[in-house]
Amino acid sequence: MEGIARIGRFTIDLTEQMGRMMLFVLSSFAWLTRPPFRFYQIVKQLNFIGYKSTFVVVLTAVFTGMVLALQGYYTLRKFGSEAVLGSAVALSIIRELGPVLAALMVTARAGSAMTAEIGIMRITEQIDALDTMAINPLQYLIGPKLVASLIAVPLLVALFDVVGIYGGYVVGVQLLNGNEGAYWSSIESAVEWKDVYGGILKSISFGLLISWVCCYKGFHTKHSAEGLGTATTEAVVLSAVLILVWDYFLTSVLL
Amino acid sequence: MIKLVGVEKTLGKQAVLRGVDLTIPTGKLTTIIGRSGEGKSVLLKHIIGLMQPDRGEVWIDGTDIARLKGRALNEVRKKFAMLFQGAALFDSMTVFENVAFPLREKLRLKGDIVTKRVEEKLEQVGLKGMGHKFPAELSGGMRKRAGLARALVMEPEIILFDEPTTGLDPLMAKAIHDLIVAMQQQFHFTAVMVSHEIPEIFGISDYVAMLKNGRIAEMAPSSEFVKTTDEEIREFIFVGGTVAPKGLATEGH
Repeated sequence: MEGIARIGRFTIDLTEQMGRMMLFVLSSFAWLTRPPFRFYQIVKQLNFIGYKSTFVVVLTAVFTGMVLALQGYYTLRKFGSEAVLGSAVALSIIRELGPVLAALMVTARAGSAMTAEIGIMRITEQIDALDTMAINPLQYLIGPKLVASLIAVPLLVALFDVVGIYGGYVVGVQLLNGNEGAYWSSIESAVEWKDVYGGILKSISFGLLISWVCCYKGFHTKHSAEGLGTATTEAVVLSAVLILVWDYFLTSVLL
Repeated sequence: MIKLVGVEKTLGKQAVLRGVDLTIPTGKLTTIIGRSGEGKSVLLKHIIGLMQPDRGEVWIDGTDIARLKGRALNEVRKKFAMLFQGAALFDSMTVFENVAFPLREKLRLKGDIVTKRVEEKLEQVGLKGMGHKFPAELSGGMRKRAGLARALVMEPEIILFDEPTTGLDPLMAKAIHDLIVAMQQQFHFTAVMVSHEIPEIFGISDYVAMLKNGRIAEMAPSSEFVKTTDEEIREFIFVGGTVAPKGLATEGH
């Protein structure tokens, strides 16, 4: 009996948590539609989530493209198919690795910082202070982060795709002396609008997911240093797992 | 006028407030005392709507805010300011930006008028020329002063003080008390303070209320409060507090 009760309690807690998360994001978007509109805050967050993540995303993209080309070249050579290296690299990156790896990098860099920032504001009563000034924290703090993440992550993914494909070019064509024309023409013939569209759709949903989970965890941080550490860890782990799970479901629908 | 009627609040499994009835006079400084963990800060958060009671009413100038949310609650909050225990300054902003924040965000003021009002308040709390510093660069007392300047800048009708002298040395605590009294006398706002500073608060408060077992056990003008016959309250204010000065201790025993 105790076991069944435990499962019941867990299910109720999980449902409550999901309900609270849903209300959190819906309220934040609802507050965004009410004046005053905080464009400056959105631009500030675009700078933090987007611009400041550029370096790490580019670095990840270069090496992802390079290793894909390296692995792909030697595998394809066994079948005499080096000519399709470009399409193998491009499709892998545009469909899967670009959105997923860029989103994971943004989670690690900006998502964890978001949770820590909001969590510290919660612990030191700065969020309560906003409330007492009749400034809604969801409107002032959370809304701009959600919007900025929705804009920045697809742009970072686009950057990842381009840089990754060039990374593949450097290894596949420049270092391994593959055929340059074949590399680009195979990409041109294999990549369809559907692939690009799918990648963009994934990146938008990942953008929302990262800021949603990380802001929620920060906003509900327990009042202690340990609570802040736990919240940050949970935010990063949950975001990363949800990105991978959601990626699978989206892929199965999009294919 | 602030009036709480039968306010009850349970946090987790602990009943913190068990039917608080309290009327706070307008334009006066009222201090709420009580043992640690008694729920004084929780009570203060009910007055400004940061917490909502499980049962009971919280009347602010004829509006019951116990069930208010969103914009309706924000309208009532415009009457308020609050000085938090740790000052709750925004640590990513300078002192100047902190004090200017409500003017810019709520009143949408810009330029010289903001500068003038912020500098005026900083001067009043003794922080002239410190506007460029970040909260992390300030001492505890200076942070409280900056928090007070931010609370005063919107010229609110009611200011709540949550243990404003916690963590300060006695001289700095006295300076903050004196500043609160001076500002209250100058601007005539209603002040509600939660404090452990016994016996100092009897010298600065108009009224004192004691929270005991989740209820207001006693509320009276501070000169009357010390004459209470309730043994537990006498023990708290004369012995159970910090070190009471001899004169006051003699009066009590």
